[in-house]
Amino acid sequence: MTFFLISSAIKVFLVLNVILVSVALLTLLERRVCAWMQDRLGPNRVGPQGLLQPAADGLKNFLKEETSPAMADKALFTLAPIVSFIPAMLTFGVIPFASPLPTKWGVVPMVVADLPVGFLYILAISSLGVYGIVLAGWASNNKYALLGGLRASAQMISYEIAMGMSTVAVLLLAGNVTLSQVILQQQTGLWFVLPLTVAFLIFFISAFAETNRLPFDLPEAEGELIAGYHTEYSAMKFSMFYIAEYSNMVTASALMATLFFGGWDIPFTSWDSTGDPTVAKTLLTFVFFFLKTFFFLFSFIWVRWTLPRFRYDQLMALGWKVLLPLALVYITILAAAIWFLRVQLAWEYGRAMAGVLAGVNLLLLIALVGWLDRGRIVSGSMPQEREAA
Amino acid sequence: MAIGVKVMKRPLAQTSYLRATLKGMALTFSHLLRPKVTMQYPEEKSSKDWTLASRWRGTHRMLTDEQGRAKCVACGLCPQICPANCIKLVPGEDEEGHRYPLIYEIDEFRCIFCGYCQEVCPEEAIHVGVHYENSEYSRDRFVYDLERLTAQTHPVSTLWDPSDPKGE
Repeated sequence: MTFFLISSAIKVFLVLNVILVSVALLTLLERRVCAWMQDRLGPNRVGPQGLLQPAADGLKNFLKEETSPAMADKALFTLAPIVSFIPAMLTFGVIPFASPLPTKWGVVPMVVADLPVGFLYILAISSLGVYGIVLAGWASNNKYALLGGLRASAQMISYEIAMGMSTVAVLLLAGNVTLSQVILQQQTGLWFVLPLTVAFLIFFISAFAETNRLPFDLPEAEGELIAGYHTEYSAMKFSMFYIAEYSNMVTASALMATLFFGGWDIPFTSWDSTGDPTVAKTLLTFVFFFLKTFFFLFSFIWVRWTLPRFRYDQLMALGWKVLLPLALVYITILAAAIWFLRVQLAWEYGRAMAGVLAGVNLLLLIALVGWLDRGRIVSGSMPQEREAA
Repeated sequence: MAIGVKVMKRPLAQTSYLRATLKGMALTFSHLLRPKVTMQYPEEKSSKDWTLASRWRGTHRMLTDEQGRAKCVACGLCPQICPANCIKLVPGEDEEGHRYPLIYEIDEFRCIFCGYCQEVCPEEAIHVGVHYENSEYSRDRFVYDLERLTAQTHPVSTLWDPSDPKGE
């Protein structure tokens, strides 16, 4: 018990700090990648390659004046950044980030809390973050902030459904929501991205909407709403929204890596998942987990500096008219396929079953791309409807 | 949509969001790896792609003769032509009858850097310079006196020559 408490405390401390530091570095990465994509160099003055830029920004935010709008609801105005910040920090807790670490006193699982409810916990906690945004928008007593908050609530609720539906596919295949079990399943068979490609795509798109990143950054929409829900915030309160947004990105990326790309699994070898845990395995699996997460973090940034923002009705149309029906149809087909393989043929999840499901997914993907690859898919109304009107 | 917007019939390749998205992603990624155009300013003030033009008109410079005296003969043409009225000239004359400026001051804040003073100068004494780093800690430092004007070392502007319009 003492061992559990002490190891957990150390893990909490380490994970929290790693998240905060990676968020800081992510803000720098965002600016530098943005600059590189625009043929510029980006911030490179503070420290080597600009590595101390986040520290300078942090210091600036600490020293800036805390403005408090006269007509704002003081209590909620102060509460909102906290409500947004805490869930963002909490969600990473259930994601395993390396293979178990052996110590003198026992084996430590490399996850802060290996909750049996696994990613249900993530879905539950991360949707609390929207309260922070809505409260911020409302308490500011500013029409643009309110519009941003309203958009955030509508958008996050819409895409949470599609996101939840896409994780149902993982449930069907893994038969478990504990993330360490989901990883174990992927180690015995193939990574879930192959038997669940379409679910991954839905999850990927929804993750952008859930983290309020472009092309779904309507709650902020600096061109239309100044800065959306955090228009009235300054100094450290603003910074907390910023940190929350980026740590949500980290969690979403880590979740994608865990659910669909085998978590800390090293591909093409069973060395990491079989046999006694060693320190080398822990370190190497952590490196692989980091690389997978980093890839998704980079794609968040990459997409942000490529795509323009959706119009609001397009956003809603994509969420309700495309992603949700798609997820429902997909679950139905996948459930039928899994039922057939598992109940009728009595297969266990392994290479063979994953291969067959990957084939099914390939066919679905071809059909999906064929259906998507036509004009005006997200405009909300088809050309012939317009001509009729 | 309430208003009947005319919808053009276009080929699929132009209207597909999917292809446009992938094309855009490929484009931004290719830019990620391209050479950057940024010039690292304080360390690097000109590159092979960009240098300050030789016709740039910046803060002034007064040229001197072999004895180190200003070439100015205090003819009064430059304060006469100056459209911003920024040149203050008080002429003096020595015992041999040579005219020289007793006071020659240019207020660089008033100056509009038209370069007329250089064009009009019969002695090729006053010049606008190829120079742009002029920061000072106080406003009064921007009134350049004769001593300061002669002490400047930056290259002088080659003004536009009507007989050689392209500067060849």
